[in-house]
Amino acid sequence: MTQLALVIDLNVCVGCHACVTSCKEWNTSGAAGFMSDDNPYDRDPTGTFFNRVQTFEVGEYPDTQTVHFPKSCLHCEDPPCVPVCPTGASYKRPEDGIVLVDYDKCIGCKYCSWACPYGVREIDEHQKVMKKCTLCVDRIYDAKLPEAERKPACVLACPTNARLYGDIHDSESVVSKAIRENAGYALMPEWGTQPANHYLPRRKTEMRIHEDELDRAANPLKIDGRLPKPGVKDPSLDDVTSW
Amino acid sequence: MTVQSPPATDQVATKNTTCYMCACRCGIRVHLKNGEVRYIEGNPEHPLNKGVICAKGASGIMKQYSPARLTQPLRRKAGSERGAGEFEAISWDEAFRTMEERLRKIRATDPKKFALFTGRDQMQALTGMFARQFGTPNYAAHGGFCSVNMAAGMIYTIGGSFWEFGGPDLDRARLFVMIGTAEDHHSNPLKIAISKFKRNGGRFISVNPVRTGYSAIADEWVPIRPGTDGALLLALTHEIINTGLYDRDFLARYTNSGYLINLDPASDQCGMPVRSGAPAKGDNPEHGHNQLWWDRHSGRAVVNHAPDADPALLGNYRLEDGTPVKPAFQLLLERVKEYTPEWAESITGIPAATIRRLAHEMGITARDQRIELPIAWTDSWGHEHETVTGNPVAFHAMRGLAAHSNGFHTVRSLAILMSLLGTIDRPGGFRHKAPFPRAIPPMAKPPKGPEAVQPDTPLAGLALGWPAGPDDLCVDADGGPVRIDKAFSWEYPLAVHGMMHNVITNAWRGDPYRIDTLMIFMANMAWNSTMNTVEVRKMLNDRDEQGEYKIPFLIVCDAFQSEMTAFADLVLPDTTYLERHDVMSMLDRPISEFDGPADSVRIPVVPPKGECKPFQEVLIELASRLKLPAFVTAAGARKYRDYPDFIVNFETEPGSGIGFLSGWRGRGGEKSMVGEPNPRQWEMYEKNNCVFHQRLPRSYQYMRNWNQGYHEWARRTRVRRYTDPIVIQIYSEVLQKFRMAAQGKGKAQRQPPAHLRERIDTYFDPLPFYYAPLEVQTTDTARYPLAAITQRPMAMYHSWDSQNAWLRQIHSHNLLFINEKTAKSQGIVDGDWIWVESMHGRVRCMCRTSEAVEPGTVWTWNAIGKAQGAWHLAPDADEARRGFLLNHVISEELQLADGARVSNSDPVTGQAGWYDVRVRISKAAADEPAETSPQFAPLPPAPGTNRVRRLWQAFVAGKGEFK
Repeated sequence: MTQLALVIDLNVCVGCHACVTSCKEWNTSGAAGFMSDDNPYDRDPTGTFFNRVQTFEVGEYPDTQTVHFPKSCLHCEDPPCVPVCPTGASYKRPEDGIVLVDYDKCIGCKYCSWACPYGVREIDEHQKVMKKCTLCVDRIYDAKLPEAERKPACVLACPTNARLYGDIHDSESVVSKAIRENAGYALMPEWGTQPANHYLPRRKTEMRIHEDELDRAANPLKIDGRLPKPGVKDPSLDDVTSW
Repeated sequence: MTVQSPPATDQVATKNTTCYMCACRCGIRVHLKNGEVRYIEGNPEHPLNKGVICAKGASGIMKQYSPARLTQPLRRKAGSERGAGEFEAISWDEAFRTMEERLRKIRATDPKKFALFTGRDQMQALTGMFARQFGTPNYAAHGGFCSVNMAAGMIYTIGGSFWEFGGPDLDRARLFVMIGTAEDHHSNPLKIAISKFKRNGGRFISVNPVRTGYSAIADEWVPIRPGTDGALLLALTHEIINTGLYDRDFLARYTNSGYLINLDPASDQCGMPVRSGAPAKGDNPEHGHNQLWWDRHSGRAVVNHAPDADPALLGNYRLEDGTPVKPAFQLLLERVKEYTPEWAESITGIPAATIRRLAHEMGITARDQRIELPIAWTDSWGHEHETVTGNPVAFHAMRGLAAHSNGFHTVRSLAILMSLLGTIDRPGGFRHKAPFPRAIPPMAKPPKGPEAVQPDTPLAGLALGWPAGPDDLCVDADGGPVRIDKAFSWEYPLAVHGMMHNVITNAWRGDPYRIDTLMIFMANMAWNSTMNTVEVRKMLNDRDEQGEYKIPFLIVCDAFQSEMTAFADLVLPDTTYLERHDVMSMLDRPISEFDGPADSVRIPVVPPKGECKPFQEVLIELASRLKLPAFVTAAGARKYRDYPDFIVNFETEPGSGIGFLSGWRGRGGEKSMVGEPNPRQWEMYEKNNCVFHQRLPRSYQYMRNWNQGYHEWARRTRVRRYTDPIVIQIYSEVLQKFRMAAQGKGKAQRQPPAHLRERIDTYFDPLPFYYAPLEVQTTDTARYPLAAITQRPMAMYHSWDSQNAWLRQIHSHNLLFINEKTAKSQGIVDGDWIWVESMHGRVRCMCRTSEAVEPGTVWTWNAIGKAQGAWHLAPDADEARRGFLLNHVISEELQLADGARVSNSDPVTGQAGWYDVRVRISKAAADEPAETSPQFAPLPPAPGTNRVRRLWQAFVAGKGEFK
C-alpha cells in the first residue's frame, strides 16, 4: 500500500519560506482553494497557510542553534482527525494515504483541529470549512504535467531541496532511503499517530587537525630562507667533542 | 475533493520570463488563467535557479495585484507640501511636456544640474547611457550605499568580485567560509549550492554577529563583532604565512608577490614596483608588465616571468644601482607581523585559539585536498600546463564586510587571503563570471574634470568608471569635486558606484553646488534607502529665502506608492516586472555562470495596468524628444520606436556589433557576443527560456586572469580589449599612486588639496591594514557601547514587499534582537518597548531577546518598518506602529575629530557605513505609547490606486473578482 509523504531535511533548510508561499499560490486558485487573507493591508494581517515555517533557538550563546522548522499536515497513518469527524468529511485515501477534507461534507465544527496534535489544520472562517495540506493532490496525478513536475508545489519550489517527496512504504523510494540512512524521525511518536511525514536531523561535519599536519616538509618558508639549514661553519658538536 | 480539469471556457497560457522579486534574476514560468496570473514557478530549464523559486518569487501575484500600484502620472497638487502625498492625475503627454521643457533648458545651460539616481534597478547600462548622452556627471545607481566595497576591494585586487561577477565554486569546495553574509546576495543559486555542498560532506563555517538564515545550517558559527572582520582576516593571514600554509607557487607566478618594491626614501618612485626599461609583455599600454623579480636561482633582478626564473618572495635586496628593494610579499609579511591572533581576539571577540584553528583548517584543506583536473591550458607567458589545480577552500562575503567605513581594506584583506590559499579562478575556490576578470582596474574611466560637462553635449567619459590613479579623478583645478555626490573626488577617490546616500544632503546644502532637477528611479530615498531619514525628509521639503525649493524639481518613477513618491513633484507610474521587456545585459550585470557568459531578458506576460509605462520607454521617449545624439539620426529624427526596438538595433558604435544582448546576434541569429543586429532577437530569447548561455571550452573555464586561450577568446568577442595577464595585486599599485600624490611624489599631475593629504596618505595604503570604522572612532563607546546592524530577511527584498498581502504576513513588523544577557543588564525583557539611541538620533521599538546574537550587537530586519499610509497600508498597520526603521539612528555624515564634516563612508570608495553605528538601549517609560517613534503624518492613497479590501480577500485566478 502506498503512503505518500514529505521528508524535510533540517540539515539544509535555511528558513526561506519558499514552501510557504508557493503552497499558497498553487492552492488558492486550485482544488483546495481558496486561501483567504484577513486584514490583508491592515493591522494584524493573518491568513490561511497549509504550510508554515517556525524558527526557534536552541542552546545558550555562543553554543546556539537556530532551527528553521517547516510544518504542514503530516498525513498520519493513523490520523486522529479522521475518526472524530462527525460528517465523514475528513478522510484518508486508501490508495495513497493522503488525508483530505471533503469541503462539501465539512460543517466547520473544528473537532479535527482539536484532535490534531500537530496544529496543522486551518479553519477558513469565510468558507466555513477546514482546510489543510493536500500534498497538492491536484498536481501529483495531473497527466498533463511532465512527470518530473508531478510533485507538490513546495517540493518543486524548495531552493535547498530540503523537501523530499515519495512513498514511505516503498523501501527503495528516495524518502525511505533518506529516513533510513539519515536518522529520519517522526514528530511526537508517543501519540501513536504514525505521521507519514518525517524530518531529518542536523548533521555536523567537523575537521580534525593532526598536529603533524602543521609540520610540513614542503614548507614554502624554507624556499625563501625563513627556515634555513644551519651553515657548514655554524657551531656543532664536532667542534667540542673528541672521544 | 475531486480533481477537476479547468472548464473548457478558461483560457490558459504559460509564458517564460525572468523574476524580479529581488535582484537574483531567476527564470520563471508564469501560468495565466483568463489573463490573470494563476501560478509562478521556477523554470527548470533555467541555468540560474534550475526550477526552484523563493518565497518572494512565489508571491509575485500579490505584487502584480497590489493596491499600492500607481496607475497614472501624478502631479503634486498646487499648494501642497512635499511629503504630504497630495496629487492629481495628469496625462503622459503633459508629464512628458513638463520634463522635456525643463530638461531641455538644463541641458542647454548646465547639464550637471540634472541628476539621475536609481535604486536596485537592472538597467544601469541604459540609465547610465541616458545620463551620459544628456551630459551630466550626476548619475549613479544604488551601489554606493550597497556593497561597492565588495566590488571595488575585490576588483582592484583580483579583477573580479562576488555575486554577479563571480562566486564560490561549491561543487568542488571542501571547506566553505561565509563571512558577513546573512540571507541573500545570491539568493537561490547560493541556497542550491550550499545544500549540495553540505550533502557532499563539505564543511561550512559562518562568521557573522548573528546566527540566522544560511548561518543556521553552518557546521560552525563564529560570532564576531561588527566592523572587525578586517582584524580577523589579517590575523588569519598572519597565521597562514607563519605556518607556511600559503600556496607559494601560485603567489609567485600569478600575483605581484615577487615584484620588487622600491624602498629608497629619496626616490620619487619610493613604494612603487621597480620596472625594467621597456614594456615586457602584452598589448596593454596601461600595463607594461615589466616589474622586476629577484630571481632566487641566479641571485639577481630579472623582469618578472623571465624564463626559468623564480622570484624570491622574502628577503631584502639591493639593485645594481644601489636601490634597496623588497619583494611585495616580504612587505605583506612585515605588515601582518603585529596582527597576531591574540591581537585580533581583543578586537573581534573571537578566541585566538579559534582564529588559529580556522587558519589551519583553511591551509590544510587547501594543501592536502588539492584537486587536479585533466584540463590542459596555456598561461599568459606561454607556459603550457597539463592540469588545472584547485585548492578547495571557498569564501563568500557581502555587505557585512562591505558596509563599514573600513570595508575596502577588509575586502582587500579577504581577496589577499583567498590568493594566499591559491584559490582564484580555480576549482573549489573562487570562480569568475564573464565579463570578469577585467583589467585591474577595468578600463572605463570617469570624466576628468568640469570641462567634461558642456551644454548640449554628451559627457566626456562614463559617469562611473575605475580610476587607475589621481589623474583619473573627476575634480576641478582646485581639487574640488565635480559630481554632486563628490564621487571620484579626493574625499572618495574610488567611489566607483557613486554615492547616492549623499545626493540629497549635498544638493540641499548646495555643496558643491545647487542642482535643478533630481530624478529618482525605484529608490526609497525618503525612507529605508536613506540615512538620517527624519532630516533628509525635511531637506526634500526645504525652501530657500526666496521661497524656492532647495531641490527645485523632483521626479520619481516607481511602480508603487512609497514614502519617496510622496515627495515628488511629478510621479511616473512604472510597470511591474511581469508587464515589460528588460535585459540583464552583458553591458551591465549579466547572469553569467562560472562556465561562460550568459544574459537574459524579461518579456511581458500581462499588459501594463492602467497607464503604467516602463521606465525604459520613458527614457527613450525623453531622449528622443531632447534629441540626445545616440537616440536620433544625424537629421535629428527619432531612431528607436521603443525599448525592444532599441535593444535589438542599438550598437555601442555604428557597426561595432556589440549591443545590449549577446545572444542570437547576426542577421539570422547565427552569431553570439558580437554580430549585426538581429530583428528576431527577442523571439529567439523567448523561445530559449529567455536566456542566452554560452559554455566555454573547459580549458577557458579556469585561471582566466592568466589564461592565454581565454584571453584570445575574450578579445575576439570584445569582452576584453587586450590580452595581457591580470596579475593579482597583493600590493596595490593604484593605491600607492594616490599615496604618492599625497606625499608630493610620483608621476601624477594631480595632488590632493592640503586638508586631504593626510587622509589620502593614511587610507591609500598599498597593503591592507585594520582601523576601527570612522564612526566608531568618533563615538563615545562608553556611552554608546552596542553595534546596531540590519539584515535582510529571505522573504522580503528591502522595502519592496510590504504591499504584498502574503509576504507581509511573514514580516509585518520587525523587532530589535538583543542578546539575553545584554537585555537583562539593562532590565529589559522580551517584548518590552525600548529606546535605541545613537549620537545621531533615537527610535522606539520592541525588543526580542535572543541567544543567536553576539552580546555587543543588536540587530533587526531591514526595511520592514514603514511610514503611516505608505505602500497603501492602513495608517495603523503593523509596519507603521509595531515595526520600526533603524535608519533614524544612522547618519549620512560624520563630524571628525578635526571638525571636518565628511560623508559617513569609506574614505577610499565612498561606501555608506551602514553598520558602523553605535547605540545604547533603555526601557521605554510605562506611560509611553506602545508604538514606534518617530511618527509622521499618514499618507493618503494616491489617485488611481485600487481600493483596498479591508476585512479579507482571497485570490482565485481567472475569476476577475479579486481585482
